Formats: sequence, C-alpha cells, structure tokens
Amino acid sequence: MKIVILKYNAGNMRSVSFALERIGIEAIITDDADQIISADKVIFPGVGEASSAMNYLREKKMDNVIKQLKQPVLGICLGMQLMCRSSEEGNTTCLGIFDQKIKLFDKPQLKVPQIGWNSIFDLKSNLFKKIKEQEYQYFVHSYYAELGENTIAKTNYELDYSSALHKNNFYGVQFHPEKSSREGQTILENFIKL
Amino acid sequence: MLAKRIIPCLDIKDGRTVKGINFENIRDAGDPVELAIRYSQEGADELVFLDITATNEKRRTLAELVTKIAKQINIPFTVGGGINSIEDVTTLLNAGADKISVNSAAIKDPELIKKLADQFGSQCIVLAIDTKFENNDWWVYLNGGRIKTELLALEWAKQAVKLGAGEILLTSMNNDGTKRGFAIDITKQISEAVNVPVIASGGAGTMAHFMDIFIEGKADAALAASVFHFKEIEIKELKTYLKENSIEVRL
Repeated sequence: MKIVILKYNAGNMRSVSFALERIGIEAIITDDADQIISADKVIFPGVGEASSAMNYLREKKMDNVIKQLKQPVLGICLGMQLMCRSSEEGNTTCLGIFDQKIKLFDKPQLKVPQIGWNSIFDLKSNLFKKIKEQEYQYFVHSYYAELGENTIAKTNYELDYSSALHKNNFYGVQFHPEKSSREGQTILENFIKL
Repeated sequence: MLAKRIIPCLDIKDGRTVKGINFENIRDAGDPVELAIRYSQEGADELVFLDITATNEKRRTLAELVTKIAKQINIPFTVGGGINSIEDVTTLLNAGADKISVNSAAIKDPELIKKLADQFGSQCIVLAIDTKFENNDWWVYLNGGRIKTELLALEWAKQAVKLGAGEILLTSMNNDGTKRGFAIDITKQISEAVNVPVIASGGAGTMAHFMDIFIEGKADAALAASVFHFKEIEIKELKTYLKENSIEVRL
C-alpha cells in the first residue's frame, strides 16, 4: 500500500511519518503530483497559518491536485481547515471540499490556542471504529470548524464544533491523531484500512 | 471538556536524565528515551525535555536525541534549554519536537518571541519563566536561576504573550525541589492575567498539591520531575485521584 504525506510549507510531516512508522507503514513525503495521484491513501497534515499555506498550495498548483483526488484523503488540523470553504485566519479562501467556515475562538473567557486533550463525541464514521464516545484526543488550535452536515465528530470548547468531517473520499480531523497516544494511533489505523 | 494536563519533565545533561534540588546537586535519573516511553505509557499528557547544559556544540546531540524520542513516543513534547535563535528552533522542530521553550534568550531579546511566533506559530512557542519571591515580589531569573533580572514575573508573562508566546511554563524557584506544593499565588495571578495556558512547575510532593494548583492556582497543566522519576507518585494513580476530586483529566 502506498501512503503519501503531502509536503508543503505548513506541515508536521515528520510527526505523522513517525506515527505511521510505529504502526509499520513507510509513508512517502512528497509534493509531486503524480506520486500524490497514484497513492492509495493521502494524508494532508498541517501546523501553521492558513493564508500562507493556501498561497503556497496555489503557487505549487497542489490545490487542484488535492480537490481532484479520488482515494481516501485525511486532513489533519490545518490540513482539515484548508479543506473547508474559508477561514477567518488571514481571510482565506480555502479548498471548499467541506462546506464549513473556519472561525476564531473569540470568547473572552477562553484560552487561545486551545492546547491539550479534549474529548470527541457523536462519532459517526468508520474512522472511529473501536473508539469510545468521549475519548480524548490532542488538540492545538485557535480556529475551529462549525457544525454541519459533514460533521462526524464533535468537541466542546465553550461551544460545540466539528472535530472531524467527512464527505465522499475526504476526511478531516481537527485533533492530532499522530500525537494522541494509542487512541490516536487507532484512528490512523482505521484510516489506513478504509 | 478540555482536560488538565500532567507533564513529567526530564532534565537532560549529556544525553542523560538528571535531577537536582533547587537547581543544584544534580544526580543521574536514567535514559531519557526509556523514561519518555514509560511516562507516555503510564498516561502522561505531554513531556518536557530541558537540556540544562545546552551549548552550541551540544545542539546536534540534542537534535539526535529529539528525533529518537519523536520516533518512539506518541504524545506531544516540548524541548527547551539554551535555545537562542531561529536556527536552534528550526533544528529542534525539524528533529521532531512539537514545541520549544525559550527562557534567557527571550529575556535578553524579547523580539525573539515575536520572530519565533511569526515563523512557527504561537502554538509551538512556550515561554519558560524561572521566578523567585523576594522582597514581596516575584522576580524573573535567567541562566537557570543564576542571575536575577529587573523583571517581575507577572509583567514579563503579559509582555511575552503580547509578543506571541503560546504558553507559559512557570517555575517557582522557592518551591522547586521542596516537595511542599506549587506556588499557588503567582500561578493564579498569571493564569488569570493572560489568555494562554499556564503550566505550573516546582514543588510537587503529593497528589493534593496537584489538585491545589489546578483548583486554587488555576493552572492549565502541572509539571513535575522527581516525584515521577523516583515513582513517589504514579501518574495513573494521580489522575484517578484528580478525577475523583472532579478535575477533568484524561484517563
């Protein structure tokens, strides 16, 4: 099986690649369109800022490559946010795969970024096979995806938001499965088996 | 609900874990990779590695250790100790660290925080503050607690957050190594004054101390070293205790 991790200017490619190694998978980290298109599974990681990441993807013409992928694709954190319609971060137009808007946590009582372990609930996908309701995952983010018809997991941080999205072959998780202990590893394994 | 975090800290010297008391009397406490694995299996939420003898020549060794750790453990970790440039941070993040912490270098050049936050994002920039209560105020110290500055901890924390620090790691030098509890007052003051998470450090001796720092000290996370290294407190037992006391933790 050929697993590709997208290489771009906002990645935590290495963390994701190490997490896959721990479950016995050697992933290819690349920005080459042919390699990406021919992969069995594609992981779109991300730690960084939305507008500069989108600019980079457009410059490298990776935006259209991603949108046209037919195999299972998993966006992680910023990767998931970039798959949404738009982001308040840098007023960015994103890939528009999911209909969600990405908004800033802006309640005064909230610490932003949200850093740490929070629980996921209302789980609705094979991505969460063997994962219990209210299981903890590791989050680091200042912006969140609203709830919507693509929502397959929710998390609460003063408000309920989408901690995972799914539409057709596209999946996105706001948390970092690669850093979420055994439970995160299970989610990566589930994605690989999709 | 967002859980309170329990963070074992590993002080690193020449590639080994060490532990001192009040920043002094360093003794050996084992292989950092083995300890890191043990902690992550026992339910630690995060790890912090502080290279207490970091020098430029040692940076490469540290980066190699960071990669070994990143390959093995499946929870986030922060690396700090002697970091003073964008190059240092690039090296350590590329090696696999999730966050880096800056201390003395940020005091000497506060703009460094801004430069790092702009380049890497606030979420991976932790400001470490070593503070000591003297003459009715909490003063900031640098160089591992050796040199007193003219900065007050509360003011410095606020300034650093404005510059882009994404988290504050606050160590009370009065409490560190005493096992008499965390510094509740300054932790609470800072936690209420800034809108980023505050990690309390220094003084953990009993499980009740952790409950106190979360409830009274308003800490988002609590860090300790020796009580975990020497198994005086088991992480799982601690988290069960906290949960029984209605504190949200990941179990």
